[in-house]
Amino acid sequence: MNLSWLPSRENWDAELSAARKLPADTAVPLLLSLADCALDFVQTARLDKALSSFKADVRPRLNRTRPVKLALIGSSTLAHLPPGIRVACARRGIWIDIFEGHYGSYHQELADPSSDLYAFKPDIVLIALDAHHVAAAEQHQPGRTVETLAACWQLVRENLGATVIQQTVLPVFPPLLGSNEHQHPNSRHSLISQVNRDIRAASAAENVALLSVDMFAHMEGLNTWFSRELWHRFKQEIHPSVSHFYGEHVARIIASIRGLSYKCLVLDLDNTLWGGVIGDDGLDGIHLGQGHAVGEAFVSFQKYVKALGERGIILAVCSKNDLANAQSPFEQHTEMILRTGDIACFVANWEDKASNLRKIAGTLNIGLDSIVFADDNPFERNLVRRELPMVAVPELPEEPALYESMLAAAGYFEAISITGEDQERNRLYRENAQRERVREASTDMSSYLKSLDMKLLWSTFDASSLARVTQLINRSNQFNLTTRRYTYDEVKAMLSDPAVITLQLRLTDAFGDNGLIGVVVGRMTDHQVLEIDTWLMSCRVLGRQVEEATLNLLVEQASTHGATSLTGFYFPTAKNGMVKLHYQRLGFDLVSPADAPDSIWHLSLTDYVPRPTYAIPVEVEAKRGAAGEANDHGADLQSAYTGIS
Amino acid sequence: MTTEQIYSQLTQVFRNVFDDDTITLQPTTTAADIPEWDSLSHTNLIATTESVFKIKFRTAELESLRNVGHFVEVISSKAA
Repeated sequence: MNLSWLPSRENWDAELSAARKLPADTAVPLLLSLADCALDFVQTARLDKALSSFKADVRPRLNRTRPVKLALIGSSTLAHLPPGIRVACARRGIWIDIFEGHYGSYHQELADPSSDLYAFKPDIVLIALDAHHVAAAEQHQPGRTVETLAACWQLVRENLGATVIQQTVLPVFPPLLGSNEHQHPNSRHSLISQVNRDIRAASAAENVALLSVDMFAHMEGLNTWFSRELWHRFKQEIHPSVSHFYGEHVARIIASIRGLSYKCLVLDLDNTLWGGVIGDDGLDGIHLGQGHAVGEAFVSFQKYVKALGERGIILAVCSKNDLANAQSPFEQHTEMILRTGDIACFVANWEDKASNLRKIAGTLNIGLDSIVFADDNPFERNLVRRELPMVAVPELPEEPALYESMLAAAGYFEAISITGEDQERNRLYRENAQRERVREASTDMSSYLKSLDMKLLWSTFDASSLARVTQLINRSNQFNLTTRRYTYDEVKAMLSDPAVITLQLRLTDAFGDNGLIGVVVGRMTDHQVLEIDTWLMSCRVLGRQVEEATLNLLVEQASTHGATSLTGFYFPTAKNGMVKLHYQRLGFDLVSPADAPDSIWHLSLTDYVPRPTYAIPVEVEAKRGAAGEANDHGADLQSAYTGIS
Repeated sequence: MTTEQIYSQLTQVFRNVFDDDTITLQPTTTAADIPEWDSLSHTNLIATTESVFKIKFRTAELESLRNVGHFVEVISSKAA
């Protein structure tokens, strides 16, 4: 078994041998490119060894997120699993250090602060219990496994301050009855099924990410994942020949935890979404839909893609076609599942696809490294892989009926939970792309802003917004003047502090609702000065005079609290350079030394003239009620939030 | 499949699994001759050999393996 969605390289083994003899600066890029191939498990182990021999040069290149420290603990042999995890993380630009727990002593290690596990200081702990261990515990005392696991999760969180990945139990026991096995709830087969149900329920309640090995076994066959002989000989439950798949699944979850899952699926059209060539075959000639086996396969693939869109993946089109031809099936073909409204950005022209993918990333304001590009044409795939190595380009099989399973197998869009915002995301990006097009077409910025018909809906923080505001305060990095982080309880305390002014801002315009886009916290001092403790905004609304409108609101609020001036702060970080001159642009005076890294700014309110803006403020009533009733999914001011970046 | 063919393919399997292009196999070769050959890589060796030769070993056969010559005999008795 190999990683079939990745391209195969004919001379992979020879290239690996050659790379090892090269100096590090040429060897490392080559080795990392060898990770992006359809490897088997032996190749994966060899590559892992080669990468570790260049560790000092590999580590700084795997920098898409801070290094991960993973502790792998469990009840049986796990020693064969780290190479697959390391290579799969390298494939995603993630450096990982792995601690292997001592065989079978997961619970003791978690409970003992002097253990090697604690000394390692993991930030993620993967708990893997084997089926024999679990079945024995359940036969002794039903329900015991999940009780033990809940205790382990708590130890991981509270004592280690780490995130849990919990492996489900591999269903290795053959049934005693057969199809009606559930009639015998005490059989080991039934006990494992029950434990997996219990783990799912408990993990959902506790927000623990699962590694569903039972699902992999269901999909690919138990004998692919498990060999009873190996279990008897070495207590290896995960078969070594799928250790690289195991590593892929672990790395996907880690990437998802670190916010590195792919966000956007860009689709070719001819022979990718329908059979045939729309420009040659015409609307009646393409294969799509009922009565034609190939046409049905494309409908099925479109349904899969549409469901991805509905769960938060941004969909885009990149096709070599005349635009009108390319769009016609979306608008007129009765069998099309995907419609114009499902596509956030539609590009059809005769330019090369790498340039068009750059254009799509720019229009949607997302990174190229969050794009997956699906195209049936090997030439286009290879061109994009060469020009844009950060874009994920899965192999598509020649059989269109297999497109959806290939895309699913590649696991690009791994997510550990789903929120209301995810389901809104496609719409938000589509609207943003429309704004971008209008802006491109409009040469006069102010008439463009006027045409947007922007409304800045504002209120103070309220009970229903606490969770979302806290999330923003802790997530936003770029448009963030002070990068102060507050806990939920600290934000809640602001509601009842008379010296604190809070603002939450949402922007709507002609194209739709941008969601919660700004948070401001001010504190009154004893000297009639309002200090701006926190000012953060979404980069999505930059350059739309929202800053000016926000300042007008803040001044109004400050004045009613008796302030005669405002003080603003800029604390530089690695990420917030874009707001270095924020206060200068708004007419504040610098009052700190010009060479000091942290700057302090002053604005007198006695002669304040409201700044001109087309973003019209509209007050929304803050929701009263117990803060404890805060709710993440309410259809309120925050419902359309998609993440400030 | 001739004994020579088996040795040739098996040599490649050993070189990949133990990640050592200098390995040459003799009938008398044992785990003692290959530093990387431990219990962990042994399972990789068996899994790879099974997949390359499209065969399946029985537990008892694996328990009684003496050296590479013996391993080749077992493969030969199963491989088409």
